[in-house]
Amino acid sequence: MGSDVILSVENVSKLYRLGTVGTGTFGGDVQRFWKTKILGQEDPFLKVGQTNDRTSKEKADFVWALKDINFEVKRGEVLGIIGKNGAGKSTLLKLLSRITSPTTGSIKSAGRMASLLEVGTGFHPELTGRENIYLNGAILGMTKKEIQSKFDEIVEFSGCELYIDTPTKRYSSGMTVRLGFAVAAFLDPEILVVDEVLAVGDAEFQKKAIGKMKEVSETSGRTVLFVSHNMTSISQLCTRAILIGNGMIQDNGDVSKVLTTYMKNNSINIGYLYNHTNWKQLQFAHLTNQIEIDSVVINSEKLVFEQHEKINFTIKVVNVSNENRILDRISLTIKNINDEVVLTSHLSSLKLSIEKQSFYYVKNLTLAISNLISGDYYCNIWIGGGDLLNYGDDYYSVDNVLYFTVRNNNIYKWYNSWGQITVDNIHYNPS
Amino acid sequence: MQEKNSAHWIFEISPEKSTFKLNLNEIYQYRDLLFLFIRRDIVSIYKQTILGPIWYFLSPLLASFTQYWVFGQIAELPSDGAPYFLFVLSGNVLWSYFANSLNGTSSTFSANQGIFGKVYFPRAIVPLSIVASNLFQFGIKILLLLFFIILQGWFSHINIFALMLPVLIITMAMISMGIGMIISSLTTKYKDFSQLMGFAVGLFMYITPVIYPTSMFLEKLPNEKHWWIYANPMTSIFDVYRHGFLGVGTINWFGFIYSLVFGLIVYLLGLFVFNRVEKSFMDTI
Repeated sequence: MGSDVILSVENVSKLYRLGTVGTGTFGGDVQRFWKTKILGQEDPFLKVGQTNDRTSKEKADFVWALKDINFEVKRGEVLGIIGKNGAGKSTLLKLLSRITSPTTGSIKSAGRMASLLEVGTGFHPELTGRENIYLNGAILGMTKKEIQSKFDEIVEFSGCELYIDTPTKRYSSGMTVRLGFAVAAFLDPEILVVDEVLAVGDAEFQKKAIGKMKEVSETSGRTVLFVSHNMTSISQLCTRAILIGNGMIQDNGDVSKVLTTYMKNNSINIGYLYNHTNWKQLQFAHLTNQIEIDSVVINSEKLVFEQHEKINFTIKVVNVSNENRILDRISLTIKNINDEVVLTSHLSSLKLSIEKQSFYYVKNLTLAISNLISGDYYCNIWIGGGDLLNYGDDYYSVDNVLYFTVRNNNIYKWYNSWGQITVDNIHYNPS
Repeated sequence: MQEKNSAHWIFEISPEKSTFKLNLNEIYQYRDLLFLFIRRDIVSIYKQTILGPIWYFLSPLLASFTQYWVFGQIAELPSDGAPYFLFVLSGNVLWSYFANSLNGTSSTFSANQGIFGKVYFPRAIVPLSIVASNLFQFGIKILLLLFFIILQGWFSHINIFALMLPVLIITMAMISMGIGMIISSLTTKYKDFSQLMGFAVGLFMYITPVIYPTSMFLEKLPNEKHWWIYANPMTSIFDVYRHGFLGVGTINWFGFIYSLVFGLIVYLLGLFVFNRVEKSFMDTI
């Protein structure tokens, strides 16, 4: 073990000061230096420090943006780093890219590292596209020779050939980003650290960018550290993931496992999450006072599914009325992360009789996801009695449940990731 | 495990502050960046201007004409026998190199925080590139000076001491970089210093023999206080320079050696402070 570890992060912590930096004056700092270094008193600096939780109240003057971070990255791995806003992801990136140094601990690297926290760093608006390619490339650590040999490819990838001798201040913002990313895409480091730079540019360009990164890691065995909020690109790109929360590593391992942990911890962002370890009683609007949905649960530990899998789930309903009722219908609306309804599905003529004042588990419900493209989804579920054709009665509905991610391992299967759904519509009949 | 494999780590990021690591090796690796920065600084200033590089001529010329009238004709300042116009022009040419380098390097961190906050490269490249790109301007201005020296028939006064110019330039580069890096490092935490620099460089010119000769200054002071004048490391640099190009004034060799030593010490001190600050200045700026 060891020799194939290309990056090792040991006990790394980073302390930041809360409030205004430098309210302590020059005099104050001289005083502190005098007390700690000359008189040998204890530095109050390292003693206090609360955990990095945005929502908690300020108790100390300092905050641990990162606390005791330990992980290793092997050569050729694509490591995804996820976490909520303010969890410490960017701080970790800054430490890895040597923009600032850790308060304690050390980061050791066995390869040339380049970081991409922004595209087009150092672009000078007065210089032409050509001049900026050289400048930006050199800032990212390339030599002039390297840039020269890749220049034509860079220009072609960016699609800015026409404007290459125009100052970049005349470029549209999209073109600037394309040019910047094109330079970065041809970087040749052993370790590439990438922030959410892919969140820019149009959809076509994002696809191109992710494809390029995948290509880079697969064909040349490059190690990539990738920070993103986008579950889809994390699950497409990464071979392993770590979850950072409150400045600490909360989970580390298989992508699906870590994404699931993240979704469970992060239920605020994604609507109501139901599973059997987490029965939650929620207040829903009453439609009719007859049968209510008590909870919805996915019957598995994981929340990331392959396209060929089926999601098995259970709905727990409760008859709150004083007479026995028939549950006839369960309807389900699948929505994507942009809140667009992708499709609806209905299950009718169930004829489940539910006794008054009692619970009933509708078990072994399965949801086929083979026609969903890779992405994050959640559902609205409603139940009712009577016939769907005659509308019948809607008893009850719940929104934003059954959060799951469909993962399609191979990005080159573009037909499984382009559009809203995928179906076998086209057939050939040779006669 | 760590001991066994310690050899294969290329670099380590840790909180210890390596104070006197010059990182020359790293700067050499990034030499292309250094040249591109120099090129950017030279090219970008005069893009979309009508006169372009002619501005390099115009600014010292206009300053020298004004000073020629005000200090030469009205105040009648002496010039050790050289034509006063050549005297101030030579002064302005040399001083502008020092002032531009000092102003440039002293805002290294604040002017580049956008880049420094996003990508790593040896930070010392930036002050180096500033000092070097100013050299280009200086080269053009020296040609201008030579042109006027010939025009005024003063060419025969140029002597062997003019060959000291590279030494003078290196010393000035070290002084301006040294002070600049210290100021720049302090500015990351105390913005006050950038205010100070706004007028301090201008004032500094008046205690340096730019528009008047050292001899005039010396006359006003008793002998035992002459070291006050030579305590300014720029004094001897100007003396050697004027002696070489205009053949006027005297050189105090002790003063000159002092300037060299001062340059070296302040440069190392600047590097020391700069190295300490560059690792974590993003947290405080």
